Amino acid sequence: MLQGPDRRNFLVLAIQGLGAVITGALGVPALTYLFSPAKTKNDATWIDVADLAKLPAGEPAEIIFSRKRVDGWKVVTEKTSAWVVKTGETEAFALAPACTHLGCAYHWKQESKEFTCPCHASSFSIDGKVQAGPAPRALDRYESRVVNGKVQVGRVVSSESSGANGGKA
Amino acid sequence: MLRGVLEWLDDRTGIVSGVQHFLDEDIPASSGWHQVFGSIAMFGFLVQAVTGILLALNYAPTAGEAYYSLKYIVMEVTGGRLIRQLHHWGASLMIVIVALHMIQVFIWGGYKKPREATWIVGVVLLLMTLGYGLTGYLLPWDNRAYWGTVVATQISASAPGAGPYIARLMGVVDGAIGSVTFARFYAIHVLLLPPATMALMLLHVFLVRRHGVAPLPGDEALPKKKFYPGQVFKDTLAIFIYFAILYTLAVVARVPLERMADPTDTSYIPRPDWYFLFLFQLLKLFPGSLEMIGSIVLPTLAIIALFAAPFIDRSKMVMVRQRGFAVSLVLLAAAAWGSLTYAAVAGTPKSAQSEYDATLVEPWQHLTPKELIKPDAAAPEFAKLAARTYLKSGCTACHVANGEGGKLGPPLNAIMFRRDRAWLEAHFIEPQKMVPGSTMPPYKFAPPEMAAMLDWLLKLPPD
Repeated sequence: MLQGPDRRNFLVLAIQGLGAVITGALGVPALTYLFSPAKTKNDATWIDVADLAKLPAGEPAEIIFSRKRVDGWKVVTEKTSAWVVKTGETEAFALAPACTHLGCAYHWKQESKEFTCPCHASSFSIDGKVQAGPAPRALDRYESRVVNGKVQVGRVVSSESSGANGGKA
Repeated sequence: MLRGVLEWLDDRTGIVSGVQHFLDEDIPASSGWHQVFGSIAMFGFLVQAVTGILLALNYAPTAGEAYYSLKYIVMEVTGGRLIRQLHHWGASLMIVIVALHMIQVFIWGGYKKPREATWIVGVVLLLMTLGYGLTGYLLPWDNRAYWGTVVATQISASAPGAGPYIARLMGVVDGAIGSVTFARFYAIHVLLLPPATMALMLLHVFLVRRHGVAPLPGDEALPKKKFYPGQVFKDTLAIFIYFAILYTLAVVARVPLERMADPTDTSYIPRPDWYFLFLFQLLKLFPGSLEMIGSIVLPTLAIIALFAAPFIDRSKMVMVRQRGFAVSLVLLAAAAWGSLTYAAVAGTPKSAQSEYDATLVEPWQHLTPKELIKPDAAAPEFAKLAARTYLKSGCTACHVANGEGGKLGPPLNAIMFRRDRAWLEAHFIEPQKMVPGSTMPPYKFAPPEMAAMLDWLLKLPPD
């Protein structure tokens, strides 16, 4: 049996040790609970958004379409948009509608032939490359394909990870 | 460095010396293991607060959606099942520990002068703990939650005089519970009770400090002990054991989520949580017009007796072995509680409803027969065989399974709650014998097909 200061030191150490085990056993699951992504996966289905033949050549068309999205515990059907650019008789790409700076919706400016963001004046070329302003990278694109003359989009891929048309112009 | 920071902090706030002062409390020589329960209860409350906040961060507090968000927490959020089960079992253990704490204080006579107020605050905290249990029971919004709460609100509504007002306060409209009741229970559970509990716990601890830990006769002659580290170590070890039990339960003992609350479900057998079962059983002892005695009179008297205990027993502190009457009283109450609870458990028939767990439903159980027969369908063989048999026999013409099929016959989802295996088999072979006047033709499937059909039908989920 320990006595005096040894006993006291042992007790203090035991209190701290047991406290640490409890904190860890609660803290670790709490952190994974908060930080791990949910197991829900969004099935990437292709959605028809436009007839390629009806799209204007040389300028983007803003297309609004609705898609299903898993939102936590529900599946919501929501409207979203894409700027679709026809690049040939069988080709097109689709830009995601949010500025890569802070997510504001940008618009096509016909006069200067560029996309401009109303929030902090970032501008992008028709293929999404950054022309000016604080935007850190090119506009994100939807996965897209043309099937039987219809433009179809899938999920949005960050321009950073795709590397398709790089960072600042 | 650390010392410097602590000195600065203490100079500006007094927190450090405050904590030291708190830990340096003198406690009687007789203090020891029997006094760990209060600390455990406090710790139990802390665990409920932490897990409750975590649940709330992924929970939709509205009737209906609550169910789906809880399902999401359990099935899709990493660690969600553990957090939910910690909260669930933590609530049960909280009741146990609060009861043990009270029993200890009662047997030792710790409620006696000058500690009456400490005891009364403790009784209020006990009632609040039960309040958490009552309101929290509704929050999963499954059938168990819904029907259990229907019974609980009906009991309160039957109270003489105050009944209708209590019902109105609980958001009960024409005897039915719904969105308003849910909102009120949720608000009581997370907005009203927690701050009130914290305030009363603080007052409770303050009163313990003000009067000191209850001494036993003979303590005056002995030198006092310090709260820290001796008693704190005992408290911490006890807390650790409590936590180990709770954690084991949360990992091992699965808490089901039944089918979503269905007010039209007449087959459901409602049951309150285990700690209210004795009350539920008590009602059966008072049939008819006497029911009020079991539902209102006796519980009210018990609560009054708890509050009044320090004023009824005004004798001096004595050693525990001389408290034979108090011990017998506790044993008597425990025996009554135990036998009532046992009778209630024994009298509860097992049903497909209470065995069902929505969090164990697998994705293939939601596939339509046509999806099941696809070669690449991810489903067990029996389900594929069943789907082939089902489609070949033309069942789709009259029955809906997972949203596919005709409406002439009854829908097949949730048939697990309505019929058992033997009934279904007999019905396939000779429908008119089981349902007179039925227009369903007989199906004498070969044994493997019959087995597959029955297995699959009984796996069709309710929603």
